[in-house]
Amino acid sequence: MRYLPHSAHERAEMLGVIGAADIEALFSAVPKSALKSFRLDLPDHSPEFMVEAHMRALANKNQAGGDGPFFVGAGAYRHHVPATVDHLIQRSEWLTAYTPYQPEISQGTLQMLFEFQTQVAKITGMDVANASLYDGSTGTAEAVLMARRLTRRSKIVLSGGLHPHYRDVVKAYLKDDADLVCLSPSPEGQGDILEHIDGNTAAIVIQTPDFYGHLRDLKGAAEAAHAQGALLIVVVTEVVSLGLLEAPGALGADIVVAEGQSIGNALNFGGPYLGLMATRKEFIRQMPGRVCGETVDADGNRGFVLTLSTREQHIRREKATSNICTNSGLCALAFSIHMGLLGEAGFVRLARLNHANAIRLADALDGVPGVTLLNQTFFNEMTIRVTQPAAGLVERLARRGILAGVPASRLLPEDPEVNNLLILAATELTTEADIAALCTALTEELA
Amino acid sequence: MSMNNQGRPTGIGTAGTGASGSALLPDEPLLFEIGDTEHSGVDLPEVTLTNDRLGGFGRNTRLDLAGLTEPEAMRHYVRLSRLNHSIDSGMYPLGSCTMKHNPRLNEKMARLPGFADIHPLQPVSTVQGALELMNQLSYWLMTLTNTAAVALSPKAGAHGELLGMMAIKAAQEAKGETHRRIVLVPESAHGTNPATAAFLGYSVKPIPARDDGTVDVQAVKDALSPDVAAIMLTNPNTCGLFEPQVIEIAQAVHDAGAFFYCDGANFNAIMGVVRPGDLGIDAMHINLHKTFSTPHGGGGPGAGPVVLSEALAPFAPVPFVRKGQDGLELVEHVEGKALGRVTAFHGQMGMYVRALTYMLSHGADGLAQAAEDAVLNANYVKARLEHAFSVPFPDYPTMHEALFDDSFLKGTDVSTLDFAKALIDEGFHPMTMYFPLVVHGAMLIEPTESESKQTLDRFCDVMAELATDAKSGNSARFTAAPMKAPRRRLDETRAARQPILKWERPADVPQAAE
Repeated sequence: MRYLPHSAHERAEMLGVIGAADIEALFSAVPKSALKSFRLDLPDHSPEFMVEAHMRALANKNQAGGDGPFFVGAGAYRHHVPATVDHLIQRSEWLTAYTPYQPEISQGTLQMLFEFQTQVAKITGMDVANASLYDGSTGTAEAVLMARRLTRRSKIVLSGGLHPHYRDVVKAYLKDDADLVCLSPSPEGQGDILEHIDGNTAAIVIQTPDFYGHLRDLKGAAEAAHAQGALLIVVVTEVVSLGLLEAPGALGADIVVAEGQSIGNALNFGGPYLGLMATRKEFIRQMPGRVCGETVDADGNRGFVLTLSTREQHIRREKATSNICTNSGLCALAFSIHMGLLGEAGFVRLARLNHANAIRLADALDGVPGVTLLNQTFFNEMTIRVTQPAAGLVERLARRGILAGVPASRLLPEDPEVNNLLILAATELTTEADIAALCTALTEELA
Repeated sequence: MSMNNQGRPTGIGTAGTGASGSALLPDEPLLFEIGDTEHSGVDLPEVTLTNDRLGGFGRNTRLDLAGLTEPEAMRHYVRLSRLNHSIDSGMYPLGSCTMKHNPRLNEKMARLPGFADIHPLQPVSTVQGALELMNQLSYWLMTLTNTAAVALSPKAGAHGELLGMMAIKAAQEAKGETHRRIVLVPESAHGTNPATAAFLGYSVKPIPARDDGTVDVQAVKDALSPDVAAIMLTNPNTCGLFEPQVIEIAQAVHDAGAFFYCDGANFNAIMGVVRPGDLGIDAMHINLHKTFSTPHGGGGPGAGPVVLSEALAPFAPVPFVRKGQDGLELVEHVEGKALGRVTAFHGQMGMYVRALTYMLSHGADGLAQAAEDAVLNANYVKARLEHAFSVPFPDYPTMHEALFDDSFLKGTDVSTLDFAKALIDEGFHPMTMYFPLVVHGAMLIEPTESESKQTLDRFCDVMAELATDAKSGNSARFTAAPMKAPRRRLDETRAARQPILKWERPADVPQAAE
């Protein structure tokens, strides 16, 4: 077996040093009834080329994003990742390093995390960021719990524009909680969240651009929340939007959670992704997850360490701020390299290009008979109403090689009112030809 | 003068012998010190927005993000990378972490466009291969553990623990047993176990370890009551020992109407050799980034699928894959008693691809051989070092980890931490220290099956030589270590007391003009 270094001779020699008659002797604590008392219905080991053939056959049964016009978004976005990013993250010293608990021999990872935290703080307009969480959805649940700890209040209000998966994750984390208020889906961009803020409210959670693509007013929300002593949690599922939209921190956000996948990370059928979390300086001791900080070494040289670990499970055990341990280090690296390549000039240009392509898409869709555009505002994603159930329409378009977007009913099957709604995204990869192909096919299917 | 967390001075009386700034390992400035807001390493067409749809929410503040051209970025990240230790450059004897070789075939497969470039919400009819892959991975995990169901979606081990305990909670609530508010956790457990139990509102009741490092079935029976929801037990345990009474413990837990959550962090010792389902577990997470070789990546991403017994299977979260009329279906919404979802989308697909590739490469025979080699290697290290070091639990052969305590350092000026840091100067990553908590000055060594006999011999030679040196009173080699790493010991107290968590632009360095 190509991954196992010992020869039979070496194994025997080692057993001799141990003083064991055979390998079974080392498993003597295992009850006899459980030790190799079965035959596994699994194949034996396989050469590399055969494994590769098996995996390729599976991959070939999927329609890749690059195979045709592609408008799928709703929380995960198809962007270009520079070749440099994927090359660098496969370097052994990044890919196969452990969590940087031994800072003397982990300065690469630690300095990168410090740079990553700086980038996240800057794009969100917040004081501090952590070293990443699993993804945007679990990050939102963690932010809600953090707001409860900070305010010692319990009521949480989720906007109707929050991604339904994010809502479901918060629900699972706060199981059977009477103080969790989930507002009904708001595909038209309507918002009445401010009416729900009272003296027991820990936080309101607003996503912008929201699940349907509408841009939401954060400044007014922050003022209304703060007037009652509640916090504003802002959720961003398309992080590229921060290149063009005002930073949530500048508008009064207290905690910002974002899905960072769009920068540096492929679609990967939903994971691994990375959760970004940023907050105000005074809240850092209630922030979950690993944090990297600057210090000096014994020679007085600048260096970096994981810090504030008294919040974490390996020190605090049942009193920790979260049970999170492993996070998304390599995805954070990919994000940081891509963001480092973009810089301010590139990030703004990327955001502008996304918005410009979305405007083209919106204008083209508006001209298709049977299509009504619901958005007055958007960044790179929008919702249309069509004259038939969107799920069937998307299926038929897929057969024509066009991945036309996400039917809202896929995420909200309990809500018949969204049956005819389709959510579409454009990115820098969307071409004029893609848009033309979509509109032609839509015109025919809706005729 | 500042002190490190062992109370040693960090800034005085130590020679500047570190390798930092040397010819081959140059110190690297921060991204923000070499880049600026005008440089960019990505060419994008410039577009003018004449009629934007931002509704007045456009940005008025500057981002102040530093950019680098491609050659500058390449050099920055390559230089930074060289300041890291990695499994490809040397051994990580880290107990409880399973730092094994990461096959590159796994990386190649994960990057096939049919896996990497598919969207979690594109029509199910266009991702049949992905669902088939999830189905095959599920089959391998259920077969290796002899369990009834698996929830793939948890993002890491601790997330899997959370899901498993949520399923237990849901199962008991479905029976109307909401009074079960206690979770038993042995003192040797990972920190995530009590953190997870507390997260779900349970109170944690510790179970003491026996003198031989294992859990006493009688202690469990004494702690069980109608208020106990579950036990969270790691097996093999964190002392590297297989729990000899695990079947009796499972029986006692079930007799009391409680569930057995098994922390699967140490599954590498028994994969293909022992099926946890045969031991009576109800739920167990499997760290794909440990046992099944998906890379640690400097701290993630991981993946923590949870296998479930018949009793818990109805409470599995969405999503999951099942056979339908037109091929495989993806169940994305709660049906019946399921507990909802613990993450957006379908979990860590990229990790599923790598783990299945690893499983197919090894096959059933190779996985069992890997587990046996992992156990062989740990026992070899233990046998070679037990005379120079002190073994707290000598009664049983160890599984895939060798545990020592610090009694061999008694009377020296060398702490466990000092000893571990001295390993760095010899080219090894330190072992896990001060864990498990039940052993004073614990040193937990997990070589994994990936290390050759030559590497193990060199590691043991170095360990034995260090032990002799420590006992002979040469404490300076230890207290000043590491001296040859890119950095000397870092002042962690200062980092925590005066947190600097991001780069701040110095007052005399202005932003570029608009």
